[in-house]
Formats: sequence, C-alpha cells, structure tokens
Amino acid sequence: MRVNFTVNGRPQEADDVWEGESLLYVLRERMGLPGSKNACEQGECGSCTVRLDGVPVCSCLVAAGQAEGREVVTVEGLADYSKHRDGAHPGTGCASSDCGTSLDAAKRWQSKPTDGRTGEAGDLSPIQQAFIDAGAVQCGFCTPGLLVAADELLEQNDSPSDADIREALSGNLCRCTGYEKILDAVRLAAARQEETV
Amino acid sequence: MGVTGSPTNIKQGSKTKGGIGESTLRPDGTLKVTGEFAYSSDMWHEDMLWGFTLRSTTAHAEIRSIDISEALATSGVYSVLTYDDLPTEMKNYGLEIQDTPVLAHGKVRHHGEPVALVAADHPETARRAAAKIKIDYVELPVITDEASAIAPDALLVHEGRDDHHIGHVPHPNIVHRQPIIRGDADEAAKRAAVIVTGDYVFGMQDQAFLGPESGLAVPSEDGGVDLYVATQWLHSDLRQIAPVLGLPEDKVRMTLSGVGGAFGGREDLSMQIHACLLALRTGKPVKIVYNRFESFFGHVHRHPAKLHYEHGATKDGKLTHMKCRIVLDGGAYASASPAVVGNASSLAVGPYVIEDVDIEALALYTNNPPCGAMRGFGAVQACFAYEAQMDKLAAKLDMDPVEFRQLNAMTQGTKLPTGQVCDSPAPVAELLRLVKSRPLPPEQQWLSAGEDADVRALPGGLSNTTHGEGVVRGVGYAVGLKNVGFSEGFDDYSTARVRMEVINGEPVATVHTAMAEVGQGGVTVHAQIVRTELGVNQVTIHPADTQVGSAGSTSASRQTYMTGGAVKNTAEAVREKVLEIGRAKLGTYHPAWATAELLLEGGKVVTDGGEVLADLVDVLEDEAVDLELEWRHRPTVAFDLVTGQGDGHVQYSFAAHRAVVEVDTELGLVKVIELAVAQDVGKALNPLSVVGQIQGGTTQGLGVAVMEEIIVDPKTAKVRNPSFTDYLIPTILDTPTIPVDVLELADEHAPYGLRGIGEAPTLSSTPAVLSAIRNATGLELNRTPIRPEHITAT
Repeated sequence: MRVNFTVNGRPQEADDVWEGESLLYVLRERMGLPGSKNACEQGECGSCTVRLDGVPVCSCLVAAGQAEGREVVTVEGLADYSKHRDGAHPGTGCASSDCGTSLDAAKRWQSKPTDGRTGEAGDLSPIQQAFIDAGAVQCGFCTPGLLVAADELLEQNDSPSDADIREALSGNLCRCTGYEKILDAVRLAAARQEETV
Repeated sequence: MGVTGSPTNIKQGSKTKGGIGESTLRPDGTLKVTGEFAYSSDMWHEDMLWGFTLRSTTAHAEIRSIDISEALATSGVYSVLTYDDLPTEMKNYGLEIQDTPVLAHGKVRHHGEPVALVAADHPETARRAAAKIKIDYVELPVITDEASAIAPDALLVHEGRDDHHIGHVPHPNIVHRQPIIRGDADEAAKRAAVIVTGDYVFGMQDQAFLGPESGLAVPSEDGGVDLYVATQWLHSDLRQIAPVLGLPEDKVRMTLSGVGGAFGGREDLSMQIHACLLALRTGKPVKIVYNRFESFFGHVHRHPAKLHYEHGATKDGKLTHMKCRIVLDGGAYASASPAVVGNASSLAVGPYVIEDVDIEALALYTNNPPCGAMRGFGAVQACFAYEAQMDKLAAKLDMDPVEFRQLNAMTQGTKLPTGQVCDSPAPVAELLRLVKSRPLPPEQQWLSAGEDADVRALPGGLSNTTHGEGVVRGVGYAVGLKNVGFSEGFDDYSTARVRMEVINGEPVATVHTAMAEVGQGGVTVHAQIVRTELGVNQVTIHPADTQVGSAGSTSASRQTYMTGGAVKNTAEAVREKVLEIGRAKLGTYHPAWATAELLLEGGKVVTDGGEVLADLVDVLEDEAVDLELEWRHRPTVAFDLVTGQGDGHVQYSFAAHRAVVEVDTELGLVKVIELAVAQDVGKALNPLSVVGQIQGGTTQGLGVAVMEEIIVDPKTAKVRNPSFTDYLIPTILDTPTIPVDVLELADEHAPYGLRGIGEAPTLSSTPAVLSAIRNATGLELNRTPIRPEHITAT
C-alpha cells in the first residue's frame, strides 16, 4: 500500500508498504530516518518514541497505515520543531509561513557532517544541548526517544519537579546512565528555558 | 609566522584546553542527540537483503533432519543455509574453547540455539520462510544443575572434550574449576568465637543493552567480506570469524559501527558469521537485526550461581577464616566461563584480610542458556554472598556492620588469598566511611505538610498500593573488590596509531585504534590524552577497524588503562619525534632545545619552565609524524591449578555503597530511596564520564537486587521471559538518587595513576540493597533478585 504523511514538516509518501509494517520500520528503512531506535519493538523501552500529531507514541506499535495523513516528528526534526514551537508546529496547525522544514533542510539532517566538537554545534534544541552538556549521553541508543519524551514534557510543564520528570520519562529505558544525568539534563533544559523567558 | 624562540620574543605558552582531568564532552554527542549517529542496526546498503536466524525451540535434542525446501521456494528468499553449507572443516567458534557451533549440527544444546539461516528481500519474508523450515528433533533429557550434570548416568553436554581445562576437572560436565587454598581454614576456625554459614543464590542476569545485535556484511570483489558490526573486540571477532569462512584474516575487514551498549554481552559472536555466510553465498549485502526476543537468545548472560560460605571471627571482630564453594552455571557452551571461574575464586574473599582460606569455584556445562561475560565478571556473585556474611558476623558479634568491615578491611600491602600483594592504594575503610558519613535522606518523603501523600514516592508508586501504612525503612552497606584487565597470564595488550600533521595552518592529531566505543567514553578520553601529550586542540578520532592492531576488549574495566595507555605511550613517542625534528630544524636558535625538558602545549614547543621555543606549525611544516605502537601492562601469571597461588591480576578497584530502602511489608514492594556510592578511580581523566559510569554500574546492581532475572524452566531448560515486558530492568522510577564520592588515589603502576572504573560499582550495589531490605524487614533473604513473595513469605 501507499502511505502519505508528513515527517518533520515534509510531505512524504511510502510505496509498497506491507500492511504489517510499523511506522518505525517505515521511518527507518523507507524514509532513511534511523534516528528513532529499534530496541524492543514491543512498546516497552521508548527508544522509538516520535510525536504523532504532537502526541508521543512508540512508533513500533503504530501500524504505518495509521500514520496516513498525519504529522510525525522524529528526533531528526526535534531541533526544528522546538524552534517553531511558539509559532506553530505539526499537529496544531501552521500559523506562520516558516513552519515545517524545507526539502533542503530535510536532506541536511541526513548528511550533515560532524565537526567533532560536540557542544559547540548550533541548531540543537535546548533539550538536545542539555543532554550533551549534562553527560546524559553514553551509548546514546535510548537518547532519541528520551529527547522526544523530555521535549514534550517541557512543552507541557516548563518547571517540572523531579517526580514529574521521573513520571514523564518512566516509559523510556536507559541501560547506561543510571538516569541521574538524564534528570540533570531535563533540569538544565528547564532552567535554561526559564532564563530565556 | 616566524620562529618564536629568539630571546626577545619569549612568552608564556598557553595551556591546551580539553586535556585529562577535564569534563570534556563526547565527540559523538551531537550525532547521538540528532539521530545521525549510525548504530549497527542503522546500516543500509543498496540492494541489501535481510538475514534471519532460525533457532531451536527445545533445549536438548538430536536433530534427525532439516527440510529447507519449502523455505527456499518462498518468493523473495535468496538463500537458506544449514550446517551442511558451512564452507570449511572449522564449524565452531568460541572465546576460549571452540565449542560453539556456527549452526547446530547433530544436536541442539540449549533453547534458542541457531539452526538455520535465511536471506530474503524483506525481514518479514525471511521470518516467514524460516518458519517453514521443518526440523525433526528427538528430545533428550536436560541437564540443568550440578546434581543432574554430575549424576552417574548424566549425558555429557560435550562428548569427547579435548580442551586444556578437561585435565583439571573432576567431570566432563564441569567447564573449569579453580581452588584457592592458603593456610589451614579448619585449624583457624578453632580460634573463632563466632562462625556463620550461608547458602546464597544469584539469579541469571542479562546485560540488556538497548542496541540489538545487528550488522551488515558486504561481499567484496576480492572474494572477501566487509563487516560493519557492533562488538566489544574487533580482533577477537576476526580471529573467530575468518577460519569458519575459510578466508584469510585480511579478507575479512571489520569496522565498528555504532554500539548501543554492551556490558559483556558482545564479547561473544552473535550474528557476525551468519551475516557473512549469507553475504558470501548470495553475493549481496546482508543485514541482520535481532529483535528483543531474539536478543535474549543471541548473547550470553551473567552466570547464575549457588554459593556456600563459612566465615569465622574472634570476639574482637577479627576474621579468622573463610571457606566457600561457588558453583556457576555456564550453560551449554563455554564462552568466558573459565576466566569467570578464575575471578570468582580469586576475588571470593572480597576486600578483607583473611589468612586462612579454602575456596573452590567451578562452572558447569548444562542445557541452560550459555553464560559468559557481564559487568563484574564472577566478582559480582561472590560479593553478594561475602557481604551478606559480613552483616551476619557483625550482627552475631553485636558490632556495627561498617565498623566490622573497616576492622577487617584490606589496605595497601595486604596479601590476597592468591599470594598477590596489593601494591597500590586500597582505601576500603575510607570508602565505607565516605558513604556512611553522608546525611541520610529524610524519612517519609511521601508526606509533605498538610497534603495527601505523594504516592509516587512510595513503594508501588502510581499503582497507589499504599499510603505509607506498613512501610518500613532500612539501611545497608557493602563494599567490593574487582580486578582490572585480563588476568592469569593473558597477553593483554593494546595498539594505538597516532598521527600529527599541519592541516590548514593548525597542528592536528589523529588517533586510530581498534577500541570498541560502547558508550563508555573511550573516544572522549583518547582525545583528552592526545591534547595533554601533544598540546594540540584539534584531535580527530579515526573510526575503529581492523586496519590497525588489536586494542583488546572493551571489558574488564580495561580500556582507559589499556588503550588509553597505548594512546599515551604512542603520543609520547610522537612527541619525541616532533622534538627531534624541531631540534634538527631549529635547535640552533635557542640553547634550551638541547638542554631543557621540552613539552608540547597550546600548539607550541615549550620548556618545562614555560618558555616558548617554537610553533608546532613551524616544526612540522608539511611533515607528518605517524606511529603505531603496541603497549602492555606488567605481566601476570596463571593461578596454580591446585593451590590457586599466583600474581594473577593487573590492578584492583574498589567501590562501596550505602543503600536506603523503603519496603511495603504487606505487599513485599521495595523502593530504593537512595544509593550512595564512593569509589577510588586513581585519577579521573574525565570526571563527568567517571560519575556516569559509576551511576550506571550502580543501577545494574540495583536491577539484579530487586527485579532482573532470566527465568529458565527447571524442567525443560526453556527461557520463560525473553522480552522487556517480562525481563524487567530499572526505569527512572525504580532508580533513586545516586550521590557519588570519587577518590583519586593514584596507582603508580597505571597510566596517569588511573584505575578501571566500569565494573566495581556493580559489585557492591546489589548486596547493599539486599542488606537494606534485610535491615528493614528482619528477614534473612539469601537470593537475588528479591521478589515480593520473599518479603511477604507467601
């Protein structure tokens, strides 16, 4: 079947999709967006978390066909999504002309070279930068899902308590960090968010 | 730009930023937070096929026949392989003993053993085709424990064993056995005022790394294969892969792709050979990605163990003797079992001074899932038991459990049961003091004035199972002893290539090693080391591959010591070359070139007094200095097979924990409130990463204390819970605050004085939590993980 949907602001169509394919598979293997991770494919670990019409979901549990006509944001689009949060973003309509992401920008995500100087690169969302700065990234496999979940938390609650953070991220497993630095990162992003308001 | 060494032009050199001791950020951080970092499961190739492994549905059976015809006829299927298709006489692999079949032949020995392979154009096609393969099994009795393994009529898991351990074991169903005998434990027991014994059970833990086993094999025009894979040791894989494929090692080119955690579970091969076989057979790139279910069968687990301990102490609280027997279940194949046995026995006494010991550790062959390396490697199981014993002794002597441990703590100069003298700092008593001296977290944190209880802070959390009634608090302590690096005479070396040149007017260094970055942060510290030694800001880390010499394994807490040491050593040699070039070119400009101790700092050559002699750019011009060197730590020896004596270990590391728990005694639910840890790291090359490792290791210890266990049916030896639904690892709600104290007492034998850090925190975390639960409930609790029914006795 053919699936038409919007990924990170860019209209996409996927052909020859088998009815049983998950949104995760289509994103990773057909769209060339492997940022959403395949750690359990059972909805238990949260590594594949994306936003579907603004709502965080485990993309491994969403049949690709369910995404028909809908807006998906993956970790690859998180920086841009976060930049346009105040104007508009997928799922809440597009009020300004600069919402979404151009084709050129979409291509850039997939081929951007690394400068090897983490922490100094621009174009990261506050939560992405905070994860780097707080040392919340080790192997990094859980990171994309945690970022999407944490970004949504901060969108809903700009000064979450530790209990709020734990509750919001309880669906995302991390095996490396012991979570302490992930808490640090969310606190850091929240604090920086407050500073800029 | 001219030479800066003329007497009128002397200025202070600037320090290089981002050297050792700083919390430099990860070079792969940006890629990892943007989703661009290429993990092994993200590999993609045009015209790529998907591989799938058919695994045995039974634990022990003869294979009468395998019929692949229907699978092969499935549309979209390119190849189906069984044992008969293996190209050479070499059909097994293994880390120490080559007893693991690439594909089962004649027999399967554990549930989930690979039997056949399929390559197809879609992963679902491959899965469905594999389901059409018909295997005729004849079930055999299963060997599941020590009694069934050494029973008079027991089948041999491996008939006709001929490995070098077989001469030293009392039964062929024992992989390896290591006694350690010193003094006379029975005689010493007569001096004991109190003797305590205990039988302990340690459950089968899984590494549960998040990134599934996966990789991409691409056939090459020369008949070889390029393999992109997540592993812990590229060269060890290569050594096992090439003979099975019938290829010389230089035709199997391996490149490390992104590794989503490892913790020992990637020491053994998983899909490597399978993907290569399918790629070579089909002539197309083949990708294999395990799902979580398969991952539980695709790697070895931590050895479950049964431990019997006896300790004695005088009425003053001095340990008199220790006897123990540790039986590890190695499962169907040897993996790292012999080395795990060596660790379990040699570290069985823990960080305590005991003259008279009688220790025996062994690993069994059974039809349970194969067990091998996992963080802590044999020392974890022992620590769980000896720390329970320490609490028992202290209670019997009516002593404070921390003071009792401190009274018996080993120190620098202590002779361990193997006869090896610990010749570096051993701050065991101090680490215990540090965790004990922390203020305790406030009681009943779920209550805040005038409000309802915040159930999220209670055992059971949002399940809303209690509002505080029946909840009691407990505090427990533990400390552990772990070796660093590969032991027992293993030629444990690492190789590093360091290149220095001028690019775009800047001095730049490149580091090329085969070290597997599995998340531990090795790539960060390599850059820090090179900045420190070569005084350049720009350091590029070359991808890890087999085009450079072996770096050894990313395990045993050894990589910062070993490959870090190799990078340091090679960088020092590069520095000497650079200075030689400088002397030849510019030596006449300043006498200090010949007389002073010279350093590279901030892109310049400086004297140890800080005088700048030259810019590196002017020294190097368009020359490049490029060296590849091997580096070794001081040698170790194998333990004597009868007495266990020998200087078997490279270095020791130490961590202590204090656990604070709250237990709902009605439902048996445990909430760990705080897990404070103190560890000596010798020298923190990157403090941020050090703390991250310690917190991560602590959490894995917490997991096995209260929830993590692979459950194997004792009747059928089948795995009951191969999923993240049923095998539970701690979430952020299960994990408490983990305050960390770091000591930096340099080990003079190690690079920069550092001590391996990754494993020690996993040891003492588990017994500290258990101790706290016992303290809260008054129950004996001699197994891990603790389940509600153990607390409620239902």
